[in-house]
Amino acid sequence: MTVNDTRDIALIAVVERIVERNGRDPTRMVQILREVQEALDWLSPQAIDALQAALKVPRTKIEGVAGFYAFFYLQPRGRYRLLFSDNITDRMLGNEALLERLCKNLWIEPGKVSEDGLVSVDTTSCTGLCDQGPALLVNNRAIGRLTAERIDQIAELVRGKVPLAEWPEELFVIEDNIRRADVLLSNDMQPGDALRAARALAPDEGLLASNMRSWREGLPTGLGGPAAILDEIKHANLRGRGGAGFTTGLKWEACRNAPLQAGHQRIVVCNADEGEPGTFKDRVLLTRHADLVFEGMTVAAYAVGATQGFLYLRGEYRHLLEPLNAILERRRGENLLGQNILGIAGAHFDIQIHLGAGAYVCGEESALIESLEGKRGTPRNRPPFPVTNGYLDQPTIVNNVETFAAAALIALKGGAWYAAIGTKHSAGTKILSVSGDCARPGIYEYPFGVSVRQVLADCGADDVQAVQVSGPSGVCIAPAEFDRIIGFEDIPTAGAFTIFDSSRDMFEVARNYVHFFQHESCGFCTPCRVGTALLKKLMDKLYQGAGSPYDFAEIEKLNVLLQSMSHCGLGHTACNPVLDTIARFRPAYDRRLMQKEFTPAFDLDQALSLARQMTGRDDAGAHLATQHGGEA
Amino acid sequence: MSQTFTLDGKTIAFEPGQTILQAADAAGVFIPHLCYHPEFKPHGSCKLCTVKVNGRQTASCTMRALPGMAVESDTEEINAERRALTQMLFVEGNHYCPSCEKSGNCQLQATAYHLGMMSSHYDHFFPNRAVDASHPEVLLDFNRCILCSLCVRASRDVDGKNVFALSGRGIDTHLIVNASSGRLGDTDFTLADKAAEVCPVGVILKKRQGFAVPIGERPYDKAPISATAAEEAC
Repeated sequence: MTVNDTRDIALIAVVERIVERNGRDPTRMVQILREVQEALDWLSPQAIDALQAALKVPRTKIEGVAGFYAFFYLQPRGRYRLLFSDNITDRMLGNEALLERLCKNLWIEPGKVSEDGLVSVDTTSCTGLCDQGPALLVNNRAIGRLTAERIDQIAELVRGKVPLAEWPEELFVIEDNIRRADVLLSNDMQPGDALRAARALAPDEGLLASNMRSWREGLPTGLGGPAAILDEIKHANLRGRGGAGFTTGLKWEACRNAPLQAGHQRIVVCNADEGEPGTFKDRVLLTRHADLVFEGMTVAAYAVGATQGFLYLRGEYRHLLEPLNAILERRRGENLLGQNILGIAGAHFDIQIHLGAGAYVCGEESALIESLEGKRGTPRNRPPFPVTNGYLDQPTIVNNVETFAAAALIALKGGAWYAAIGTKHSAGTKILSVSGDCARPGIYEYPFGVSVRQVLADCGADDVQAVQVSGPSGVCIAPAEFDRIIGFEDIPTAGAFTIFDSSRDMFEVARNYVHFFQHESCGFCTPCRVGTALLKKLMDKLYQGAGSPYDFAEIEKLNVLLQSMSHCGLGHTACNPVLDTIARFRPAYDRRLMQKEFTPAFDLDQALSLARQMTGRDDAGAHLATQHGGEA
Repeated sequence: MSQTFTLDGKTIAFEPGQTILQAADAAGVFIPHLCYHPEFKPHGSCKLCTVKVNGRQTASCTMRALPGMAVESDTEEINAERRALTQMLFVEGNHYCPSCEKSGNCQLQATAYHLGMMSSHYDHFFPNRAVDASHPEVLLDFNRCILCSLCVRASRDVDGKNVFALSGRGIDTHLIVNASSGRLGDTDFTLADKAAEVCPVGVILKKRQGFAVPIGERPYDKAPISATAAEEAC
């Protein structure tokens, strides 16, 4: 037997164990691929052969899924895979210089694997550590507060081939940075309290009834069943915290009223794919208040009659997987999950955690469901909506982490209590993820209705030029608008609150966001796939000094097309950062329009850079004058 | 009795469950499209068939017709956007009509003519895409792929083979074939497959049959693509 044979046998055994542990279920494809990669560093052709044999699905299915997610590698990327978070806040904190330092230290080029196959260094979308950046991921483990010293320490560990498990623990410490707590973050709910309160609203076998048959199919009228808790959610006027603000009670009711086919069940999904650049509140909620979130999911299951639950956790939060699984296990032990919850016959509900793998678009609920089913995260055609045809075609509710936490609180304290907090149209509180140019970045919970000005004062932000609320898909506002309020009636938000002082170039902010959307476009529809790539090229052209008023007009035309023709919200909002900054910070663009007449983006001198690199020349004779063509 | 909606002011009858595009097709009214094919489940990705329904834009291939809808399709505004999408598809891949075997037989080219596309307008991407000549009967020229997924659907839903799939993401999305070598010659694909005949552009080409019909005498040389809807309706 050769060394290669032995290796192959070992590889097959690893894959076989992982597939077996996942019940040989192709709908768990994303989880299976993640586990295989964690074990083998990349998804080699041999690993895919083994997966194909073990799962009995076409190879195209495996490669199609693996090729979609940024954190899956069909090419070797080294034993240590370092990805610098490249959000605008990381840029502002100097991540580019740190990346360069690390590459020099390790003697490698960004984006390439070292010749000995040990390490690669690259960039990735925002990792949700904006309050403690710059940040990076090493094999999906997050490290924040990067400094030159930390970079040198990491380089040393990599060069010494120290296993990740033996790296100093202090590197991986992630702060919660809760700066202002209101009703949600200061709650002291004991596990089970909210469920018992919800149960008390329904003294008879409401949960059983709900689980056994759908509401429409006929619970006797007047039965104090799960409708009681649904009513509380409605009275609370709770709206989705993911940004869109759909009324939670209506969503739950639609799911509960959806006809159920034989063999189907209702599904509760918690969306913790917190990918919007600048947002990190769900990380903190799941670190500090996971019981509240899981309890909210169970309350939802109680209200709609669901039996299966998922937490879709973004791949960047890999470090939360084990702690969250431990909490789920404890809750099972306490009979707060599993069979006959709280001793109620027929009350069955359990939650499993599904880890994402680097795809912002999976925050869109139908793309998230596709990913849960083990597919590429492409948003579905709607209608039908998930509440009737969701996970594996079953009625499904998808809600944000914060929405479920609020639902648990409402179960505990009542809808009227909750509705009294905030404003008329926006009940309750909102957690903001504050980052950028301020003295105290971190987590701030406010009753809805707080003004932007108040938040800026509380976090210690001076000389503010702009605030990006709700991330690149949200709005960018200027000082004249700082009296506007956070709320569905004015500025709705998923939670990001990114501050830019007067030293920042708002064109560069917009360009960073345009790069983000181009990187995260799923590629399904033409306008977003090609349009975001064209937009990126145009913004880069302006950056390089070749921009003219013609290019500016092209940018505006592309924005209209993206908004009107795209398949999902990603394309619809991909132009927001550009539109907002053009409207409010036009001089930042005008400065970039350095050509009066159309000038091609193609730069002959730039095109020769590879030749210069290969020949080691950089003298005057190795350059061409760009504007006058050929004049050396 | 069938129900009706209006399309550019014209009354169109539809059966419950039909999409706007299906109903329009049946009535002989052409709505430009590339990823839609009457024999397959609508996909809704190319967005060429986008129309305005009660003032809001939506893909007509996936939108069910409803009684009383007011649909706009053949307007200057919508056609300008469709033209831009067509230009995007041209610059995203490598499309050279004069030397392409599919010229005159290509839905992308014919749609571009229909929409009055006079240039590709945007900067070309010039992607580097290898061709695959490994199969004895078929050549794959990925340079022309517009990611419509028709071959994917045909192979999966009709042939039961899953020869094709999409991999990658965003602008790097690309067609792959079902073999560890990545080559069509190592799959069970045959010329008799449905997937061999659905490509709307010139990716899947029969070997040794080039230019069997001379350029100038091909379907879209004789009649514009908009005439096909009327033919299908007959």
